[in-house]
Amino acid sequence: MPASVLAVVLAVLLGAMIGPAGPVWWRVPLALLDHLPLISIDSGVTDREWSIIWDIRMPRVVLAGLVGAMLSVGGASYQGVFRNPLVDPYLLGAAAGAGLGATLMIAIWDDIGSDWPVDPVPAVAFVFALGAVAITYLVGASFGGMRTTSTLVLAGVAMVSLLTAMQTFVLQRNSEVVREVYSWILGRVSTARWDDVRLVFPYVAVSCVVLFFHRRQLDLLRVGDDEAVTLGVPVTRVRLIVVIAATLGTAAVVAVSGLIGFVGLVVPHMVRLVAGASYRRVVPLTVAFGAAFLILADIPGRMLTAPAELPIGVVTAFVGAPFFIVLLRTREISR
Amino acid sequence: MSSIEFRDLTVKFGKRTVVQGFTDTVRSGEWLGLIGPNGAGKSSILRAIVGVIPSAGEVLVDGSSMTLRSRARRAAIVAYVPQDPLMPSDMTGFEYALLGRAPYVGYFGHESRHDRAMVADVLERLELSEFADRRLGRLSGGERQRLVIARALATEAPILLLDEPTSALDIGHQQQALELVARLRNDHGLTVISAMHDLTLAGLYSDRLALLHAGTVVASGVPEEVLRAETLAEFYGVRVTVHSEPDGTIVVIPRRDALD
Repeated sequence: MPASVLAVVLAVLLGAMIGPAGPVWWRVPLALLDHLPLISIDSGVTDREWSIIWDIRMPRVVLAGLVGAMLSVGGASYQGVFRNPLVDPYLLGAAAGAGLGATLMIAIWDDIGSDWPVDPVPAVAFVFALGAVAITYLVGASFGGMRTTSTLVLAGVAMVSLLTAMQTFVLQRNSEVVREVYSWILGRVSTARWDDVRLVFPYVAVSCVVLFFHRRQLDLLRVGDDEAVTLGVPVTRVRLIVVIAATLGTAAVVAVSGLIGFVGLVVPHMVRLVAGASYRRVVPLTVAFGAAFLILADIPGRMLTAPAELPIGVVTAFVGAPFFIVLLRTREISR
Repeated sequence: MSSIEFRDLTVKFGKRTVVQGFTDTVRSGEWLGLIGPNGAGKSSILRAIVGVIPSAGEVLVDGSSMTLRSRARRAAIVAYVPQDPLMPSDMTGFEYALLGRAPYVGYFGHESRHDRAMVADVLERLELSEFADRRLGRLSGGERQRLVIARALATEAPILLLDEPTSALDIGHQQQALELVARLRNDHGLTVISAMHDLTLAGLYSDRLALLHAGTVVASGVPEEVLRAETLAEFYGVRVTVHSEPDGTIVVIPRRDALD
């Protein structure tokens, strides 16, 4: 547990210190300390440099942390209720729904003008993500009964194919927006502002709290629905609550940051390899390590191709996949 | 100590009736063995008791209906050992046995120190302490089976349901597991209902047998009455010799026709 807090603090510091412009790296922690209440240190950071730290780097660090935490804990929870290690939080159509919503908005954006009170792209993406998961759940639960998770998973697969096909169709018809849509799909936290953080924070917070309080129930579900019933677990209700909580948070972060793949799959498994598979540890640890993972994954993106940005989704997969394979191998051998 | 009574218990899967009007009373501390060919409805009766599958009719424990009790209360009364338990390979023995305390823990609650001490004590008594920190994936079939029984025992339920508890075990481990249940029944006054394939073992451990065929009880009584060659030939379609040992043990021996 202390290690996970340390990982988050280190990741935040690194995220705040590194960037193509701004003050010398070692002044950044001093400047951050200086802005804590009751502490006054002469950090030698100018107002302009502080603005780079606080208004440009910190929002993206915090947003990356929220997104990473949410996708990881959402992935772990989905893997728990579906008893399937290959599941990620996009399984029931959250990402595909958000993708279609965003594509539609970007494609028809010019036609409707820009006098909306909120940015309509994330708003519509969020609504589409929730709608897709709701339809999947209703369809999957309507045949085969609520006790079989495989019908739900299959309904998710069908829903994702359908939504992706619709999105492709829209893109085909509006090829001038392909580039913009793809940059959305590949995921980004680089344009994050504090407004984005404020937008997703409530969803992520509620979602994480609900999932945290269901970690014992997730352990009980590991022995199967039938046995969980005989142990007194209201299986159908637990599954529904966990799916709703994980979906709400996932839809919110997907709407703001695009589709960042791999995090929801890899972080929970890394945590399991290191800390064991009990959800009592997995749920809190995935929140912490998911946050740290995505904050760190955001750093190479801003440095490698500066001043252009590498999409964070590319980095997570590019760095995460080999790291995961190495971890898997070494743990297997040491057992 | 609890008795369990069935009144016209009926289980249907769609239009197919798998258990038809099962009526019986299992006295407190009694061991009832359910026998019968595959698909006769043995498992369905057990699964209906714990509410995993829907059923009609009534199941009463100590005179009051199971369906009127809360989910957690039911779980604390009846412990169920499934035929093929799902045992996550990365779960430790202690974590697994601790799940048996779930009926006593509130929705958002956690196991108390008492719960943990109690589970440690159960593992100790079943000589499973050495497996507490081992992962289930590293244990043998017999060790796992004993852990499942440990989990059932951790619920402190007065009624124990065993669905083919020994089907995956060799003869030594079969005996070991059943002896364990018999000993626990003695020590704690457990009421046991088991579905079993091995007729000799079923007769050896049960006080009473109920032979099911196509969802209906076709013979019921002490093992000597039920395990008769004619009866078994009629409902299992087998040729067997039933042999009585001097100590009263009934042995069912399969026969085969000589090849021409």
